[in-house]
Amino acid sequence: MPVKVDLPVEKYRGAVRQVTLGATGDEGGTRSRSVTVGGETTLPFLLFEGDMPHRPVVAMEIAEREPTGWAPLLQEAWGDVWSDPAAWAAKAEEVGADLVVLRVQDGETKADDLASRCRAVLAACGLPLAVIGPGVAERDNELLLAVADATAGERVALGLCEDDNYRTIVAAALANGHLVIASSPIDVNLAKQLNILIRDMNLPLDRVLMDPTTGALGYGIEYTYSVMERLRLAALQGDEMTQQPMLCLVGYEAWRQKESRVGEEVPLEWGDWKRRAVLWETVTATSLLQSGADIVVLRHPDSMALVQSSISDLMGK
Amino acid sequence: MALSGLAIYKLLPKTNCKECGYPTCLAFAMKLAAKQAELSDCPYVSEEAKQALEESAAPPIRLVKIGEGERALEVGNETVVFRHEKTFVHQAGFFVRLRDDLPVSELQARAAEAAAYSVERVGLDLRLNGIAVEATSDNAARFAGAVEAAHQGAEDVPFILMSGDAEVLRAGIAHAGPRPLLYAAEAGNWEAVAALAKETGCPVVARAAGDLGELAELVRELKAAGLEDIVLDPGPANPAQALTLFTSLRRLALRRNFRDLGYPILAFAGSPDLGGDGEIVLAAQHVAKYAGVIVLDHFDPAAAYALLTLRLNIYTDPQKPIQVSPGLYEIGAADENSPLMVTTNFSLTYFSVSGEVEASGRSAWLLVADAEGLSVLTAWAAGKFDAETIAKAVKQFGAEGKAPHRRIILPGFVASLSGELEDELPSWEVLVGPREAVDLPAYLKNWN
Ligand code: B12
Ligand code: SF4
Repeated sequence: MPVKVDLPVEKYRGAVRQVTLGATGDEGGTRSRSVTVGGETTLPFLLFEGDMPHRPVVAMEIAEREPTGWAPLLQEAWGDVWSDPAAWAAKAEEVGADLVVLRVQDGETKADDLASRCRAVLAACGLPLAVIGPGVAERDNELLLAVADATAGERVALGLCEDDNYRTIVAAALANGHLVIASSPIDVNLAKQLNILIRDMNLPLDRVLMDPTTGALGYGIEYTYSVMERLRLAALQGDEMTQQPMLCLVGYEAWRQKESRVGEEVPLEWGDWKRRAVLWETVTATSLLQSGADIVVLRHPDSMALVQSSISDLMGK
Repeated sequence: MALSGLAIYKLLPKTNCKECGYPTCLAFAMKLAAKQAELSDCPYVSEEAKQALEESAAPPIRLVKIGEGERALEVGNETVVFRHEKTFVHQAGFFVRLRDDLPVSELQARAAEAAAYSVERVGLDLRLNGIAVEATSDNAARFAGAVEAAHQGAEDVPFILMSGDAEVLRAGIAHAGPRPLLYAAEAGNWEAVAALAKETGCPVVARAAGDLGELAELVRELKAAGLEDIVLDPGPANPAQALTLFTSLRRLALRRNFRDLGYPILAFAGSPDLGGDGEIVLAAQHVAKYAGVIVLDHFDPAAAYALLTLRLNIYTDPQKPIQVSPGLYEIGAADENSPLMVTTNFSLTYFSVSGEVEASGRSAWLLVADAEGLSVLTAWAAGKFDAETIAKAVKQFGAEGKAPHRRIILPGFVASLSGELEDELPSWEVLVGPREAVDLPAYLKNWN
């Protein structure tokens, strides 16, 4: 006897906010296109019950000057552009990145130099830009202020905006028409609190991305995966302070693990080094896309290609 | 779904005869609901009541066993849609598919390679689970030969046998070891396949492509034919449909108690349009999103390592970090001149460090402080790995007796603790090691 089974649809009240990175000429910037993320009304890729008006995107992370301490396979992949951020950004655009994330190195980068490098990156590539400071509150404040100023009107995402430096970064974003990346350590409530603090400074929430902290495959993803899933469920259930699109620094986490960094004197069972490293980054990224990532920030062009084709498969286009 | 005490009471004789050992039928019903009594203690319970109770006690997703012995695979019996609600329990099994048109020597070698693969992580041996052999024609003899060859290479692992023809499957069963999973019963052949499964006691896959209604109908037929160990293949056409169908199956079983679809799911990762790496990405999706059995078309150690690590992570309970016991561990043959290092009792941390010390070829003492199973930085940020905790561990585990040189190496990430630790341990010298464990061998080389 025939059985009829309807797909069990869940209806949610809330939606993720839409956030647009980059501004084109018409919008007061110089980007060749802007990128909008967010807007989901269901869990990732469950298009039978809700919408994902914007596909998740892949950002390529590059360094503002020749990186120190990055895995050797990355240098091999990028070759000549490794010590030239503008050429690197252009290359990232050429190989198909949706965004460029410029990472400021630890050490003695000067604010002026960084500002001119950001301008050079913007001149060399048409993609929207994000800039991430070295992660030390005073240095972040000083450097990101200079960046914000030098790139006014471009809707650059500034990060990482954390509980100890958010005031300066939010103020810089407010003054120059930029966005912020709000970063908190793997905790639903901490993420909400930071969003509240930022909102209270009157930065509109459609200019806030949230970085819930990423753990790589084998190194914390068992926690970050579920915290992201919980944040996304809360957003869909209508909790306004969790409705920011999520950005994951996958490349940074995946490429600092031994699996990616080391090719010699590792167990034979680990297999081919380059393949392992690329898959480590790829699997971390695609898993976090399943738990709600809107932007995955990667470091290797091969992982980018794999992740993009997976996104296309899941979006049906 | 379990019945309430009252619902059970309605099924009892309601005579309060006390023979079960309880004063009333209601009291007995309450104990049953709390799983503190056995239904068989009531001699008067009806057949009908028995059946209703048994059914209600059955898990919403059946646990199905494939193979026998140490490497048998049990999948199903999951109780949540999201792992933060409770945890996923029965890790999905990975099977490598081989086709019977390969030369037998190659079948044997490939099966052996996949079955023997084992990679160590956080002190656990991670392994693939079995071999699938697919018939590429209706040739029973060829299939039997292929299964035999593959089984010779992989004797201790479970098998999946793949053919639409029950007679071909039968030929394979004879060589596949105990309880192979039969793939598959479909609308056109289910009667013959069900009869074979019933006769041989093998678990069986029910397949209906793209339509859960047809799948449920097929499962009903199989159940009516006396089968219980069923695995579902809703035959998704692409990764997006796989996500939709598998998510739907999980929700139907757990949230709607849809019995006819309450079985583990079999998923294919390989497909002609995906290519080798697309297969790994899809397999990773299946790990997180609800597959019980995942069939791969290629075996490659780099990919296997990434997938097995993901499976371990997804099936780890985020509420309970995997821990090692605090204590003073000897690595290699340490003596009183060997270096002494301190770390936390998070398994991942412990094994990252001990693995590097072992690789360095140097013997050492590794003091594992009780940081409630947290990593170095997490524990430090949470105040669970401070100078006091470390000093306490030094005393509690007699570090001074083993390392009378009284020098202790801190993880580089908590260099800021060294001053306080020197205050806590006045006669000790506190050294700061590298941040990442990978750099320990180089650091230890210069230690004396
Ligand atoms: C997973 C994780 C968690 C998990 C816990 C996992 C666990 N069991 O520990 C959860 C979600 C519970 C968690 C919670 C918190 N976390 Co947390 N967490 C992480 C994460 C993502 C990964 C940690 C990890 O597993 N690392 C892997 C292990 C192996 O690393 P490890 O222990 O440091 O060991 C390495 C080295 O230290 C070295 N090493 C270890 N021992 C030794 C010994 C010697 C002698 C030497 C030389 C070297 C050495 O070798 C290892 C490999 O290189 C990191 C961020 C990240 N991506 O790294 C944040 C992170 C550690 N967490 C952080 C914070 C702040 C917290 C919270 C305090 C947040 C909060 N306020 O709630 C809580 C505290 C927990 C609590 N209150 O109970 C911060 C710490 C910030 C800082 N610098 O102080 C981090 C860095 C995130 C961030 N960027 O803000 N966290
Ligand atoms: S033995 Fe059965 S009938 Fe008698 S009291 Fe117990 S439950 Fe009721």
